Amino acid sequence: MPIQYYIGLAATLFCIGITGVLIRRNAIIIFMCIELMLNAVNLLLVAFSKMHYATAFIRNANTTAGSDAQLFVFFIMVVAAAEVSVGLAIIVMMYRNTHSVDVNYLNRLKN
Amino acid sequence: MNLIYLVPLFPLLGFLINGLFRKSLSKSLIGIIGSGAILASFIVSIILFNDVRTNGSMIVSYFNLLDIEAFKIPFAFQIDQLSVIFLLIITGIGFLIHVYSTAYMNDETNEHFGRYFSYLNLFVFSMLLLVMGANYVIMFIGWEGVGLCSYLLIGFWFKNNTYNYAAKKAFVMNRIGDLGFLLAVFWILAKLGTVNYGEVFASTVKFSASDITGITLLLFVGACGKSAQIPLYTWLPDAMAGPTPVSALIHAATMVTAGIYMIARSNVLYTMAPFTQTVVAIIGLATALFAATIALKQNDIKKVLAYSTVSQLGYMFLGLGAGAYTGAVFHVMTHAFFKALLFLGAGSVIHAMHHEQDIRNMGGLKKHLPITHISFLLACLAISGVPPFSGFFSKDEILAAAYLKNPIFYYLGAIGALMTAFYMFRLYALTFLGKFRGTEEQHHHLHESPSAMTIPLIVLAILSVVGGFIGIPEIFAPDAHMLEKFLHPIFAQSDSIKELHHLDRSTEWMMMGGVSVLIIVVIIIAWRKYSRTEQFVASHGIARTLENKWYVDELYDNVIVRPVTGLGSVLKNVVEKAGIDGAVNGVGRFVHYSSRQLRLLQSGQVGNYILFMVLSIVVLFLVFWNQPQIAHFLEKIF
Amino acid sequence: MIAVLLILIPLLTGLAGFAINRERGSRNWAVLSSVITLAVMIYGVTMAQGKQLGVDTTWLPQLGSRFALNLDGMSKMLCLLTAVAFPLIFIATYKNTYTNPGKFYALMLLSQAGLMGVFMAVDCLVFYFFWELALIPVYFLCSIWGGEKRIAATFKFFIYTFAGSLLMLVGILYLYNLTPDHSFALSSFYKLKLSASQQNFGFWMFFIAFAIKMPIFPFHTWQPDTYEQSPTAVTMVLSGIMVKMGVFGVLRWLLPIFPDAVSKFSNVIIIFSIIGILYASLIAIKQDDLKRLIAYSSIAHLGLMSAAIFSQQRIGIEGVMVQMFNHGIVVIGLWIVADAIERQTGTRKFSQLGGLAQKAPGLAILLVLMAFANIALPLTNSFVGEFLMFNGLFRYNPWMAFTAGTSVILAAVYTLGMIQKVFYGSVNTATENSIEANSNIRWVLIILAIGIIILGVYPQPVINLTKDTVDHLITQIQL
Repeated sequence: MPIQYYIGLAATLFCIGITGVLIRRNAIIIFMCIELMLNAVNLLLVAFSKMHYATAFIRNANTTAGSDAQLFVFFIMVVAAAEVSVGLAIIVMMYRNTHSVDVNYLNRLKN
Repeated sequence: MNLIYLVPLFPLLGFLINGLFRKSLSKSLIGIIGSGAILASFIVSIILFNDVRTNGSMIVSYFNLLDIEAFKIPFAFQIDQLSVIFLLIITGIGFLIHVYSTAYMNDETNEHFGRYFSYLNLFVFSMLLLVMGANYVIMFIGWEGVGLCSYLLIGFWFKNNTYNYAAKKAFVMNRIGDLGFLLAVFWILAKLGTVNYGEVFASTVKFSASDITGITLLLFVGACGKSAQIPLYTWLPDAMAGPTPVSALIHAATMVTAGIYMIARSNVLYTMAPFTQTVVAIIGLATALFAATIALKQNDIKKVLAYSTVSQLGYMFLGLGAGAYTGAVFHVMTHAFFKALLFLGAGSVIHAMHHEQDIRNMGGLKKHLPITHISFLLACLAISGVPPFSGFFSKDEILAAAYLKNPIFYYLGAIGALMTAFYMFRLYALTFLGKFRGTEEQHHHLHESPSAMTIPLIVLAILSVVGGFIGIPEIFAPDAHMLEKFLHPIFAQSDSIKELHHLDRSTEWMMMGGVSVLIIVVIIIAWRKYSRTEQFVASHGIARTLENKWYVDELYDNVIVRPVTGLGSVLKNVVEKAGIDGAVNGVGRFVHYSSRQLRLLQSGQVGNYILFMVLSIVVLFLVFWNQPQIAHFLEKIF
Repeated sequence: MIAVLLILIPLLTGLAGFAINRERGSRNWAVLSSVITLAVMIYGVTMAQGKQLGVDTTWLPQLGSRFALNLDGMSKMLCLLTAVAFPLIFIATYKNTYTNPGKFYALMLLSQAGLMGVFMAVDCLVFYFFWELALIPVYFLCSIWGGEKRIAATFKFFIYTFAGSLLMLVGILYLYNLTPDHSFALSSFYKLKLSASQQNFGFWMFFIAFAIKMPIFPFHTWQPDTYEQSPTAVTMVLSGIMVKMGVFGVLRWLLPIFPDAVSKFSNVIIIFSIIGILYASLIAIKQDDLKRLIAYSSIAHLGLMSAAIFSQQRIGIEGVMVQMFNHGIVVIGLWIVADAIERQTGTRKFSQLGGLAQKAPGLAILLVLMAFANIALPLTNSFVGEFLMFNGLFRYNPWMAFTAGTSVILAAVYTLGMIQKVFYGSVNTATENSIEANSNIRWVLIILAIGIIILGVYPQPVINLTKDTVDHLITQIQL
């Protein structure tokens, strides 16, 4: 499949994520949207990794080109998992205190 | 020879002792120290006088006031014929006035008494520096010093704010003149690099004609300030706020003659600048006449004398302008005698009248104050120029020189002399003749002053009568003008520059005789008119203008003082606050305001931040869309 | 060595001073420190020779900056002024109480260290470092111990001086990059051969910083506010010594490095200085506040100094040297009197004062003396300086000298007006309970008065002291 499709998909997913973050007030939805953006990036990374590998393979069968991008993907997934656990914990705490998961309540933290 | 430094040293010591220990010394001790210092100076001056007569002039340099490479200003004294005459006048009359003051100021508390004498000594010290200095800078030191002392003494009774204003006015007006003096000194320095009299007068060739005219005019501005000439004369009448002996010493006998001294000292420069000489003569004559008209209608005894001083100073400047330097110095001397006498006599009257100064409330004091009366009368005769009193000789010499310069000067000067005779005898008659017009209580307390006051009066009266004989004109007795012979070395250089004219004898006789007769007529008129005056009616018309001194003070107030202070207000309130400060604070306020507005962006809403981020990325994309790298990249992908 | 001591003594005692909390202790500590500095300084001026004075060690070799200090005539004169002024200030304000006295005096001493450094530095980075070290304590002193409107005043002061400092920093870095060996040393700056445009740029960068410090019209408006709001001891330091930093800077850094730009712009700057003189004098006439009057009079005097410097005449510059020292003495005296009056009566407004001469004759006499020194009466020290400065200006342009000279008259008007309104006239409610100032104040004033008279009659010591600097300067600007 041409790389353009991957890029198009990733861009679409990313835009959906951004839109979600911008317009939704529910913390969980926002969270999901952030995940969506992260995964859009992951998708791109994997796609480009494969593309580079494919072009490099023609010249040298033992190439490891593109593997670093896949490493990044794993990093992102690990960090995202950690982030989710912390983020969800915060949301739970927030819900306990305010009985709401509306992010606009969060700006009152300063008081 | 080496006594010279003693002359100013004694008054300086007197000043220090009386100033520092004024609280602990007794009044009589203060008086003795104060007068003794001046007496000591006087004695040294006499010794110096004899020295100069036999050995000629001498210059003694002590140390360098300033010494920068080629630029040297020595602290040096020059004792020659001119300065020694002034030394005698200053210390001699100064001593008499000090003695007089011990009695006159006796009502003051110890502290103020000491303060008074210390100021008086400081004044004498400054005046001595002025005349003894061997260069213009030392002269300027004394020049400003006398201004300072005059300020301190006019405002001696500092509780009264009008006196303080008078003191301030005197100082500021003097400063205007001082600025002229200072600029002249700079000019000389810039051209010659020296200010020593000897070197300056020897190298006049280095000056261009405009240099000389400029320098002499600027010096004359200085002289106008110090010697109360138009337009800077108004401080002198106001200076009468000070104690009367101060008026006698400073505002009649010595300080105001500083301008005359300075021009006589610089006679070489003035002789080389005919334009300036004409200016000097015209200003002098104008002042003489103008002040005389004002004096005609004044009712304060001291004010009349003050305006007469201004007027007499005008005559001296007329003499200087006409090139009669000896005549001017001669008039300084005789004027010092009779004007000091007049002021001291007035002081005696004021003392007797319990600080009443309005002559409308006096009259008939003849029998109560016999000594004062006689001496005052003699002084009036002298100042009016009645022969053979001292004023006659000196004034005649000036008028004769004025005639040579321009006959119109002579006629106007003669009219001034008639006015002098008139207002002096108006003053005399209103004060001493007729009936007493004061209150009963004043009448009861009328008394002749103590001997500390009358003795100086007697001494001065004798001098006023005989003082003129040192300058008997050629026409009476050939070679009898002792003063002229004595001063000849000073003015020799000038005499060699200008051509000498001589009046022919018949004209001189006519002028002298005519004026003298007219003066006597005027005196008789004034005498008869004012010795009978009982009622004073409010004046109007021209008399009222004269009484109000031609409204010159008001004019200055409206034309100079108010605009300047107004400008100050505008600068302070508008330019400074709104303009410069406004601009500076405006910058601050703008930063403040804009940061407050920008702060709103930092809302704390994560959503907003992300929105900005996204928008910025979009904007960046749009901006760089056509950049070749990006275009290439996009081409490669799609 | 002397140079290091002059900085280290106030610096270390200042730092130690932060630890002292007791009122008396901190005062005595400050007096002691400043007296030791004075002693070292006197030794430095009279005895020490050549190598004993300066110091030159590695500081930041990577940057090409050396910790180089030197004491030439002008430095000696200004350091002497600093060293003399501080003990006098401490003694005269000895009876004033402050909250946190330890910190107050500590900051004062730090500022002294900074001033000493500024006057001695022969390395531009060191100069800049001390320049800021002198200023920063003043911000704190003024904003913590100042009057009611201290925040606004300090803010203005801060903005002005920092704007100036930053411009100067730009100028310094600009010159630094032009030096072939990348050095901050004064000598390598002197050796620079700058083109006309380089001179112009550098000139304005430096000049504005110094002009703000002096201050020259129209950069002066921070001064009256700051002087008015600062505690008087700080005001004395500011107006007696710190304004000389600007004058010093012009003489040490501006004139020799940018001689062509100086001659090119001298006309403009002299005209601005003269406008400033007249402007400040006219405003002073209408002032109702004693402190502000002194501030404006100080602006006028500094304007004259600036005009005299830019007239580039030997005599004028010599006059500036003399006047820097003398103005310091006189203005400190005036502030001491102003402070004494304010403490006695609780007001500085002329409209509320009057008749103090009856209550405090001693103070009155001393003020009158200070005031007459302020208007440069002959035989007071200021006369010598003003005489020389006007002389220099006259040689540059007689009309300018005349215009500037009118300030002599205006000075008489406002100074005598001040004397009259404060001391003469009759007593009123504000002044009827006042008494003579305390003996500390009187002794300090008497010392200053003696100095005023001695230097007025015999100014040669100051002239001789600064002769080498002037000689050097004149050869540098090739007159």
